[in-house]
Amino acid sequence: MNLAYYPGCTLKTRARNLEEPAVASMEALGLKLDELPRWNCCGAVYSLAEDDLIHKVAPVRNLIRVRKQGASELVTLCAFCLNTLKRANLLMKGDAEKRDTLNDFIDEGIAYRGEVKVVHLLEVLRDEIGWGILAGKVRLPLRQLRLAPYYGCTLLRPREVAIDNPENPTVLGEFLKALGASPVDFPESTRCCGSYQVMNSPDAITEYARPIFNSASSHGAEALVLTCPLCDYNLGRGQRELAKKQGGFKEMPLFYFTQLLALALGLSPHVCHFELNHGSPESLLREKDLLPRVESVQPIGG
Amino acid sequence: MTKKASVTVSHRRLGREFVRKVKELSGQNLQLCYQCGMCTGNCPAAVNMDVSPRRIIELARLGLEEEIAGSKTVWVCASCLACTVNCPRGFDLSKVMEAIRLLALRKNVDRVRPEDVAPEQRCDLPQIAMVSGLRKFTG
Amino acid sequence: MSAKQTKKKSVATAVRQRTKKSTEAVVKEEKKVAARLIPIYIMGKRYEVPEGLTIMKAMEYAGYMLIRGCGCRGGTCGACGTVYRKPGDYKLMVALACQKTVEPDMYIAQIPFFPANRAAYDFAEVSAAPEEVFKLYPELFRCVACNSCTKACPQGIEVMDAVSALKKGDIAQAAQLSFDCIQCGLCTSRCFGELAQYHMFQLARRIYGARIVPRAEHLAEMVKAINQGKYDRCLDELREAGEDELKKLYQEREIEPISAGEDWKPKDTTHL
Repeated sequence: MNLAYYPGCTLKTRARNLEEPAVASMEALGLKLDELPRWNCCGAVYSLAEDDLIHKVAPVRNLIRVRKQGASELVTLCAFCLNTLKRANLLMKGDAEKRDTLNDFIDEGIAYRGEVKVVHLLEVLRDEIGWGILAGKVRLPLRQLRLAPYYGCTLLRPREVAIDNPENPTVLGEFLKALGASPVDFPESTRCCGSYQVMNSPDAITEYARPIFNSASSHGAEALVLTCPLCDYNLGRGQRELAKKQGGFKEMPLFYFTQLLALALGLSPHVCHFELNHGSPESLLREKDLLPRVESVQPIGG
Repeated sequence: MTKKASVTVSHRRLGREFVRKVKELSGQNLQLCYQCGMCTGNCPAAVNMDVSPRRIIELARLGLEEEIAGSKTVWVCASCLACTVNCPRGFDLSKVMEAIRLLALRKNVDRVRPEDVAPEQRCDLPQIAMVSGLRKFTG
Repeated sequence: MSAKQTKKKSVATAVRQRTKKSTEAVVKEEKKVAARLIPIYIMGKRYEVPEGLTIMKAMEYAGYMLIRGCGCRGGTCGACGTVYRKPGDYKLMVALACQKTVEPDMYIAQIPFFPANRAAYDFAEVSAAPEEVFKLYPELFRCVACNSCTKACPQGIEVMDAVSALKKGDIAQAAQLSFDCIQCGLCTSRCFGELAQYHMFQLARRIYGARIVPRAEHLAEMVKAINQGKYDRCLDELREAGEDELKKLYQEREIEPISAGEDWKPKDTTHL
């Protein structure tokens, strides 16, 4: 079965370690992530102005293309893109006047009314596959790994697009349990990483990262599990700075949830691209016997 | 953290174009806020702000445009929506922040210009950082 | 009169007689096909121009001397980007003045130049990484995918898709999609985000051609053979040959047939 899939710009360059293990894992689970043949950048953030229409064109055009190819659901991996696409979709469902203006301007031949369902991969795993079935497919349980699920903002806010309870989310924790890991819940798991502030105030990002890491490590986490490439960048950069400034601060590996999925399903670690991660995840995985201690070398000539 | 200031409130300021525009652009009823401070308490950026989010609403509905323009609050905001989700009155402060930003940006003035981002940064940042940053800071 | 002269005279007479007979018919024909004059508006002023002319020729017919907004007259230099509108239609249309034929009541304005931002760079220092484009043109990220650029392109390029490719880091796709770009600048003139699309695309095509496309091995081998002097002897022979010899060589040259296979060889293989 094929799922229409929207990657977003960042997954094609620096966040290959979010996309590739996802594509491989879903194939292993019998659901193929079918990338939209023609898509444009969704705009990353949803414009919050009441009169704004031009910034809704980009996400809505992508949704129209999904509809035109006959799909009724669109899956995303990037939490940032999920938020923008889902909010734009709600607008097309709820506001008739704006919907008509946008449909007319975009002029792709159909009147789109928000028929496509926009979901994050975690929702697919939870609602369409189910944790029980997922647990049954695990070949390499991620035992002994104390992982802190970090949600950030865009999966849970505003309430109308949240994939889980915004104040007490559990979806990532359940996901990690299904993979055999020990999720470590911590109070700052929904605290913002700083988002676009990294562009103009990169030094401020350290202050966003501090309470998140301090809380995670004081609750016994060995690594964070992420769903968004911007969180990955900000937290990775933030912890590097904290290691310099805060005495005794130890950096921790940052994983994408899709990498853990691929690893647990028994897929080759090569598809995870751990070399692109922050915080040396490979040494932690080797410590827990989840990665071979040395790279096995094939003798020449077979 | 928050500045203590004495301000002059008058009919002229209350009835200003600025107040009307903020309400229109944000679609929010500024009178809903009862200044409980949940927004400031939940805001991860409040520590970097000179005027707290709670105070911004008060300044906005009193028409105190100059005081708002003199603060960096709306530019430090990361649109994380913690304020919106936690407000007991269902008031969407993120939209008011955006309205105030846009009133400045729509005058074709950039808060941060693309060329102000260091070249090494432009190569290093993920695309979503640049796209969202330019959206929030350029006109 | 010589035979040649007589022949000429009789031919001339025949032509004159033929011409006289058909003159009336010809005059009638000419009246029927005389060019119809149609109104067009050049920068708001009305002119009557013969239909069938291109916009460029129509402007010159109307008395304009074009020293800007006019170049190759062949649809490839991008100098004559033109925006026009027809009555009763709000839509803005675009065309190249040297290619597009005038239509009645066209409202025309030319955009011979647009002050698009062009980054300064030393190409020798530019690698194949997509981040190079991000660094040189950070305003790329101001694109809102409104599609105004695509609508403004007289070459029918999917401009928005090419910009999207750049954002995704796919230099090769951007280069391929923008192949027909003639740098007219109409896209930038309509761009919501104030991007200089055509300059970004040129950078992409340069990177693609110089850093991404695999080098043709047979070309490198041929250049090497030339540098090693393989063709020096036959070039020297040609240089030393006299005019008559050259003419003879040219007229007697052997041309490879179109249907020749890979193993075709000329009769004289001494120069191979």
